[in-house]
Amino acid sequence: MFSLERWQEVFETISKNKLRTFLTGFSVASGIFILVILLGVSVGFQNGIESQFQNDAENIINVYPGRTALSFEGFNKGRRIQLRNEDYDVVLENSKQEIEFKSPMYQIFAGLISHGNNSGNYRVEGVLPDYQYLEKADIIQGRFINANDNKTKEKYAVIGNRVKKDLFQDESPLGKYIQVSGLNFKVVGVFTDPGGDREETRIYVPISTAQIVFGAGTDIRSMGFTLPKEENYELALKQSNAFAAQMERLLKIKLQIDPKDESALFISNNIENTKEIYVLISAMQVFFWGVGIATLLAGIIGVSNIMLIIVKERTKEIGIRKALGAEPLSIVGMILHESIFVTAISGLFGLIFGLVLLEIVGPFIELDFIKNPSVNFSIAVSTLLLLIAAGAIAGFFPAWRGARIKPIDALRDE
Amino acid sequence: MIEIKNLHKSYKMGKNSLHVLKGINFNVEEGELVSIMGSSGSGKSTLLNILGMLDEADEGSYTLDGVPIKNLNEKLAAQYRNKFLGFIFQSFNLINYKSALDNVALPLYYQGVNRSERMERSMAYLEKVGLAAWAHHKPNELSGGQKQRVAIARALASDPKVLLADELTGALDSKTSYEIMDLIQQINDEGRTILVVTHEEDIAQMSKRIVNLKDGVIIDDRKITQVRAIQNV
Repeated sequence: MFSLERWQEVFETISKNKLRTFLTGFSVASGIFILVILLGVSVGFQNGIESQFQNDAENIINVYPGRTALSFEGFNKGRRIQLRNEDYDVVLENSKQEIEFKSPMYQIFAGLISHGNNSGNYRVEGVLPDYQYLEKADIIQGRFINANDNKTKEKYAVIGNRVKKDLFQDESPLGKYIQVSGLNFKVVGVFTDPGGDREETRIYVPISTAQIVFGAGTDIRSMGFTLPKEENYELALKQSNAFAAQMERLLKIKLQIDPKDESALFISNNIENTKEIYVLISAMQVFFWGVGIATLLAGIIGVSNIMLIIVKERTKEIGIRKALGAEPLSIVGMILHESIFVTAISGLFGLIFGLVLLEIVGPFIELDFIKNPSVNFSIAVSTLLLLIAAGAIAGFFPAWRGARIKPIDALRDE
Repeated sequence: MIEIKNLHKSYKMGKNSLHVLKGINFNVEEGELVSIMGSSGSGKSTLLNILGMLDEADEGSYTLDGVPIKNLNEKLAAQYRNKFLGFIFQSFNLINYKSALDNVALPLYYQGVNRSERMERSMAYLEKVGLAAWAHHKPNELSGGQKQRVAIARALASDPKVLLADELTGALDSKTSYEIMDLIQQINDEGRTILVVTHEEDIAQMSKRIVNLKDGVIIDDRKITQVRAIQNV
């Protein structure tokens, strides 16, 4: 396989049969190219679905306080429960599950907000940066509240698109000020929300600022959490329920609530809404695996066919070579050497071309259901290796048969 | 050089078997130029194929240069063909994507001769057949006579004991045929053993001995006075 003489012979054959070499190489290259693109699109599809999932899936776990229904440890029933920063910290410190996004929230429902002569009543919510993801707010201008804003208690505001239209019309609001409870807040961002106008009439400010401005001390109105996405719905459900139950237990101890009290804390766990998304994604995965395997199979069959035709076409040449003293093994070796070389080079070509195309075009593709198609390099390379191996195996049998034909029969072949 | 004793060969055609060679006995000495003649179906090509180790006899013995040729596996047959025999075919059987020089060099490649020596030796043989100027032409750029000369150079390249020619002038006009036969006679004059299968009487007359086959047996085997091809050119 590595003798220089044979390489010379192979190069000579390849370079003197340009059309055949080109056709073989082209079909292998285009096969790999199509496969890479398909794999990329399938990943893009999955990304697209998952981003839809992030916009619409209500896998958020929210905690709201209520009033106790049972007396407990010397407290009368009917006591109003107040959540505070420290309760939020307790949940974070003691959670056994990994939390993806988390934020406490303090809000006033209707505050008079004004800019110049324009004003309106909007909900003002004090939040942490993660709240953007809990609420699925999309920033269209500027940025969201960040950790630093909270630390330094900045009077910054991120306003909904509706608020922007009401107060600023066509003006850019960034860097301008709005009046909230008589204080000037600088607008640092504008968001849209899949919840539409109703949710775009909100104004987000740092929670630390809100607690001071609205005289709330360390009070919070609610807190929200999401857990990372799991492999499947059953696992997600299990994790989510475990998290909710553990949080309820922790908070009831902390807030001195009877464990059996069902109206003191409301934990809304929307995990069940995500079931369909999980089912959809796993169905997509099965589908794309199916398509991928079918494509690969088609590629393998294609390569095998080419090899069969090449050997058939060369039958007479094989006969001549045998009459001149070629041993069967050297015939098989020659054909395989040539086919593996052509398949590998052209396959690599198709692979690189496909990868480059995905790399360049991929990030610009942002349709509803296809987002950033890309391909796992190691999957692409192993596909190429598989195709080369398939080509070699597919080439071996006709080559072996070709080498076994009696030279006298091979010479008669026209 | 060649000793054949009681050679039999039959082909199975469905349920019938066709007995092609029915006990051939014949010897060829070194330096002979032998024509094997016979009408089609007489078994002459089958005999040549067996001599060329392209086919195997059912019965009888075949000794080539003192080596018994029997029960050869593919590998050994290939080695013997390369070492002992040079083939010249009616249809030339050149590899059409290789230049004349590369075609001639092919037997040497299978002998494991390195590239530069291969090219040097092949060039010498092409010179011998008068085609040095055409060394880098492909077969489809050559005339029939030139193709056959390339094939002869290729058959000589591995320096074989015996040249086997199957209707080597069958595809050529008579003038070209005689030129080719002149070349064959020159090669024979240098002492090379050559067997020619032909059904053309004038070609056969240019050898030194005619073996006549009919229905699978030798009916006539005689030495003749060689007609020099050069006189007819």
